[in-house]
Amino acid sequence: MHRSEQVSQQSGGAGVPSAGDWTPDMIRDEVDALKHLPGALLPILHAVQNRVGYIPEGAVAIIAGMLQQTRAEVHGVISFYHHFRTHPVGSKVIHVCRAEACQAMGGRALEAHIKARLGVDYHGTTADNEFTLEPVYCLGNCACAPSIRVNDDIHGRVTPQKFDRLADKLTTSALDIR
Amino acid sequence: MATSIYVPCDTTALSMGADEVARLIEYHAGARGVDIELVRNGSRGLCWLEPLVEIGTATGRIGYGPVEPDDVQALVDAGLFDGKSDHPLFLGPVSDMPYLKHQQRLTFSRIGITDPLSIDDYRAHGGFEGLDKAMAMTPQAIVDEVKSSGLRGRGGAAFPTGIKWQTVHDEPWQQQKYIVCNADEGDSGTFADRLVMECDPFMLIEGMTIAGLAVGATRGYIYLRSEYPVAHRMLDEAIRRAEGGGYLGEDVRGSGRAFHLDVRLAAGAYICGEETSLLESLEGKRGLVRAKPPLPAIKGLFGQPTVVNNVLSFAAVPFILDQGGRAYADYGMGKSRGTLPIQLAGNIRQGGLIELAFGVSLKQILEDFGGGTFTGRPMKAVQVGGPLMAYMPVSQWDTPMDYEAFAKLGAGIGHGGVVVFDDTVDMGAQARFAMEFCTVESCGKCTPCRIGSVRGVEVIDRIRAGENREANLALLEDLCETMVEGSLCAMGGMTPFPVQSVMKHFPDDLTA
Repeated sequence: MHRSEQVSQQSGGAGVPSAGDWTPDMIRDEVDALKHLPGALLPILHAVQNRVGYIPEGAVAIIAGMLQQTRAEVHGVISFYHHFRTHPVGSKVIHVCRAEACQAMGGRALEAHIKARLGVDYHGTTADNEFTLEPVYCLGNCACAPSIRVNDDIHGRVTPQKFDRLADKLTTSALDIR
Repeated sequence: MATSIYVPCDTTALSMGADEVARLIEYHAGARGVDIELVRNGSRGLCWLEPLVEIGTATGRIGYGPVEPDDVQALVDAGLFDGKSDHPLFLGPVSDMPYLKHQQRLTFSRIGITDPLSIDDYRAHGGFEGLDKAMAMTPQAIVDEVKSSGLRGRGGAAFPTGIKWQTVHDEPWQQQKYIVCNADEGDSGTFADRLVMECDPFMLIEGMTIAGLAVGATRGYIYLRSEYPVAHRMLDEAIRRAEGGGYLGEDVRGSGRAFHLDVRLAAGAYICGEETSLLESLEGKRGLVRAKPPLPAIKGLFGQPTVVNNVLSFAAVPFILDQGGRAYADYGMGKSRGTLPIQLAGNIRQGGLIELAFGVSLKQILEDFGGGTFTGRPMKAVQVGGPLMAYMPVSQWDTPMDYEAFAKLGAGIGHGGVVVFDDTVDMGAQARFAMEFCTVESCGKCTPCRIGSVRGVEVIDRIRAGENREANLALLEDLCETMVEGSLCAMGGMTPFPVQSVMKHFPDDLTA
């Protein structure tokens, strides 16, 4: 997550990040460090995504070759899991909980508000490349619902007003860095 | 002497601003020259009071909550550092609070009291005593102790833990065996696994190590959901410290027996909470459900004999080994022995963790502990046990929390989560969501689940749109039956339960 912020800042933080945000050596380093583990593929995919911000299409062949698996096998694993993504994301990934405990506390209205406020649907990234919106099914914060996650920070009892304040704060601080 | 001040560090406390509260308390203490020792304890499980700040005094720990960052200045002015009562957030001695006092915390006896990452603290509160005793026992004696406790798998399936361990124990010992902890706590309304991992992680490590000794496994994995970044950090650090203290590694506490433990991060697939899907995922594959048999106890991870238990099952084991299986079995009713960590969530005024012997009624939980809805409106339905379980109407709330009593109603206890809805809930939308969730999370291996859920959403949409209603209701009933009978695992097999419960108990909402 932190890495993805750096990447998007390097690429200007606006528009679609360029394809030059990773190198084959970067991927090889990550695979080399973990390939000795039994069942290494998930740890490797996590490591690549943590480093690059997503799993580039070009990384699939490298990972497959080094693990002596087919590209189809690696692609199949990536596509199975919601967590892994194959496209660059915004500086911050916002996960909105869609599960029952949050629904019971106005989660559906909050979802609609967040989509309207950011002007994107799930899996979308805002035009300024600040936020990527993702659904999540439970953050385990169910007694203080509804909850959202911004990168690795979880926020509880989120109201539309509280979300707007948070989004303002996050946008402002990002601008400050530049 | 420095005053001890406790500010919890679990996800819920952090989600309500605990880090900022801790920072401000340190700032004000510094500004006033008050000598404090700030402890980042775990949560007591009184979630609605988070961040629950505690001050150590001569007469015990005094609580204040919920403390928002904006409250800190006024709290300090009102004598926070002396434990004074002159502030509306003053709660008094925390251990005397009825919500805690009326619980039977066997597993969660330490949470919120200790620093989760301090081995000394853990030991000072009875930690590792179960392991000490287990190391002096034969593997069979450990298994027997767990059997005598009556412990049943807390992940939802309620299979007797001791019998599972016996199966793995009885497999030949000259081979690699594994202990796998299912920490893919994906059911909405459940967070007890998270509390174990964030607030008392050594308890899980101890329970898994005891399992390793019992069945002859030298390696364990905790399969942790990626939605739990705080638990991930805590577990990694706790394992590092346990290794440093000789509680994990080649030679566990000089016993000459090895137990290695690692956290493996999941990747956001609900189905991987199903044990065979979880094993596939641990092996680095798509999380497709395996057909059983063979049982994981015989051919599990990498084809080897494997104990797969939920976090709460392992977490119950240290108490059982320390106090004896009988002491645990003394709690509970019928075939549901011991305590159930109930997680009260959703639209509820006082949500949190309530550990009680099996047998308590849902009504007691909702009223005596929950104190009504958060919104102040009447309750309409509760969903117990996660997204694959029935919605229960008021008429069923006298049911005792007992696996068999719930099963009789076509409901289930699952992992012990209780999600409360007030009277504004549209149960038709909840039924639709049950099917929708299955379309998103089905592993795709079997047709009833993969296709049935998609058809389920469509049929419910037609019913709600008033299209050919009678025929479509009959179709939905038929579809539910097909999914229940024909699915490979609980995902497709139980997705219809909430839908059927809405058809039965809230039919007007479905056709509204």
